[in-house]
Amino acid sequence: MDLDRTAEEEEFRRGLRAWLDATLPELPPKPSPDDWPARRAYDCAWQRALYDAGYAGLHWPADSGGRGALPGKHLIFLEETERAGAPYVGANFVGLLHAGPTIATEGTAAQRARWLPPILRGEEVWCQGFSEPDAGSDLASLRTRAVRDGDAYVVTGSKIWTSHAEVADWCELLVRTGPPDSGRRGLTWLALRMDAPGVTVRPLRTLAGSAEFAEVFLDGARVPLSHRVGAENDGWRVTMVTLSYERGTAFAGEVVACRRTLVRLARAARENGRWDDPALRRRLGRLNAEFGALWRLVQWNTSEAEAALRAGGDGVPGVGASVFKLRYSHARQELYDAAADVLGPLSLDADHEWTTGRLTSLAYTIAAGTSQIQRNIIAERVLGLPKGR
Amino acid sequence: MDFRPSHDQRALIAGMRTLLSARFPREKLREAVDAEVPETTLDRSLWRELGTCGFFSLRLAEKDGGAGLGLPESVFLFEEAGRHLLPGPLVATHLAAGLIPGVAEGETVVTALEGPGMVEHLAIADVVLVLDGDRGCLGVLEVTDGHGPSVLAGRPVRSVDPTTPLHHVVSTPEGARALPGAGVGGGGLAGDDAARLLREAALLTAAQQLGSAGRTLDMAVSHAKNRRQFGRPIGAFQAVQHLCAQMLARTELARVSVYAASLTATEIDIAGARLLADEAAVRNARDCLQLHGGMGFTWEADVHLHLKRAWLRRAQWRPTEDAEESLARALLATPGESPGENREPFE
Repeated sequence: MDLDRTAEEEEFRRGLRAWLDATLPELPPKPSPDDWPARRAYDCAWQRALYDAGYAGLHWPADSGGRGALPGKHLIFLEETERAGAPYVGANFVGLLHAGPTIATEGTAAQRARWLPPILRGEEVWCQGFSEPDAGSDLASLRTRAVRDGDAYVVTGSKIWTSHAEVADWCELLVRTGPPDSGRRGLTWLALRMDAPGVTVRPLRTLAGSAEFAEVFLDGARVPLSHRVGAENDGWRVTMVTLSYERGTAFAGEVVACRRTLVRLARAARENGRWDDPALRRRLGRLNAEFGALWRLVQWNTSEAEAALRAGGDGVPGVGASVFKLRYSHARQELYDAAADVLGPLSLDADHEWTTGRLTSLAYTIAAGTSQIQRNIIAERVLGLPKGR
Repeated sequence: MDFRPSHDQRALIAGMRTLLSARFPREKLREAVDAEVPETTLDRSLWRELGTCGFFSLRLAEKDGGAGLGLPESVFLFEEAGRHLLPGPLVATHLAAGLIPGVAEGETVVTALEGPGMVEHLAIADVVLVLDGDRGCLGVLEVTDGHGPSVLAGRPVRSVDPTTPLHHVVSTPEGARALPGAGVGGGGLAGDDAARLLREAALLTAAQQLGSAGRTLDMAVSHAKNRRQFGRPIGAFQAVQHLCAQMLARTELARVSVYAASLTATEIDIAGARLLADEAAVRNARDCLQLHGGMGFTWEADVHLHLKRAWLRRAQWRPTEDAEESLARALLATPGESPGENREPFE
């Protein structure tokens, strides 16, 4: 048992630090949150810079355009980029953290070659088409139909809560190819071009006031058979791979970011006098312990993934990812609730960064599987309790 | 980086589990619970056996009769002790090994007075470590040579934890002498050494809490699978499932914190590990009790023993408030975040 880094890893850290120190001051100002095309351009330019410097797809396999490092090296990347205040993945969230890893694990050689390098170069943006108006937590009941017609599927239905849909090139799309009552056994994972005829995007306004996600209507959109990842009707298994990455690793960098926010909260409290309240201080102290522990859990899960990779496995995060997702989403909300206490009346100013953070934190216990679903997964798949109702 | 316990460490854990299952099975625990004389809750022959197995001397150098192992190994052993509710002042005795003769071998039982408050197993202890909180130093008081516990002016109380007899001591006694080999600070082990021992005490307490939290989780899950109501196991109901899931999440967060703190041994990591492990032990015991229904409220079930021990451990070797304040202060001590001001966020 150790948390040691090799000399090579420390060298990597030093190199990355130097590159960040040189690169970040040269970045253009961040675009307005409402300007989606500008946000896409900004996020993709950052991704391109990472690619050119050799920092894109660190732990993706070499045959997927990655650099073939063990996942532990990626943790150094997350620590250093967050420490330096580098841009976040932004519009490339789905491509880099969901769809990309899924294709790297489940895609054919041709699919990996077609889709993964453009993600790493910041050229193509992906969005996620899983949830439907009548299929949220009960994802396997989804009804968007895909019917074969020659060398393509014809897709009809609608998807909801699709982040970045307005600026995405591709959509990871879960559809029903089996009979209506086929449940998990009749689903298929497709890659849909967002500019295909029959695809309509309608932005949805979140409670934070911004259009962070959208509804996507599919009216006879055609998807070539070659854009199917995994076998027909095997989409549930492929989706579980996607969701494992989403819950297990996609939020790891945010833990570091939350810890930075916590340090800033403490400083703000000292400046405005709230620090004198022992109840508030102790609450911030507990949050420090919680985010510290979450990072340790990331390290633990990463060690398990590395061991699985060395043993010839696929490195897909295990069900332990649900423990992380459950506690992280809750801790993030606690963090911004504490921020409101530090801010006092200013917490009612919707333009304050931490008020926005508080509002968006409300999504975390719902998105990527609600807390209730995570508890079901832990109970049934980790603890082996009987299937609930 | 490989955060998982190594092959040798897993063997050590399995060995400790086997030893405790054989030498301190449930019947022994229940005998201790129902002992007429509370002092007999501590089995001196088992204490010696723990000494023989290296429980106390684990971290001493091999030339000093130890195994030359580190804090992680101690943490694994204390986690198992917590799982089995092994009674006794394990932390104080473990820390005193190598400082006081006979301790490493399990011949001498050492308890501790951390200031006015409760002292466990005082009547049977041979030696009392005395912590002077104001000066941050540790002294030692021998109680075998005719003084008895009266030196401490302690009053025996009926302990909430039936396997941990307690004395209430209202003042720190005079006459504590220096720990052998120390002598700094006017009669005690002081400075860095004392601070290190106190950190280790807090961590080993956290390890016991972690073990207890894991055990009450196992008890709850086992009960949920076997107990049937409404024609099915109660574990098929989401209300019950979600309680169990929360217990697992608490246990796993505590586990990674305690294990990491055993590697870094920093003040802050240990404070965080302590908070999470205390919470896991107390909250898991509460949930386990709730899940057992009426049976959970009985003397016969073991659940209450875990809860009571968890309450007791939480009050020892670093109060919650102290850990929280320490973690809060650390936030202000974190250097600035502008690029170029280099610092690991978590190391």
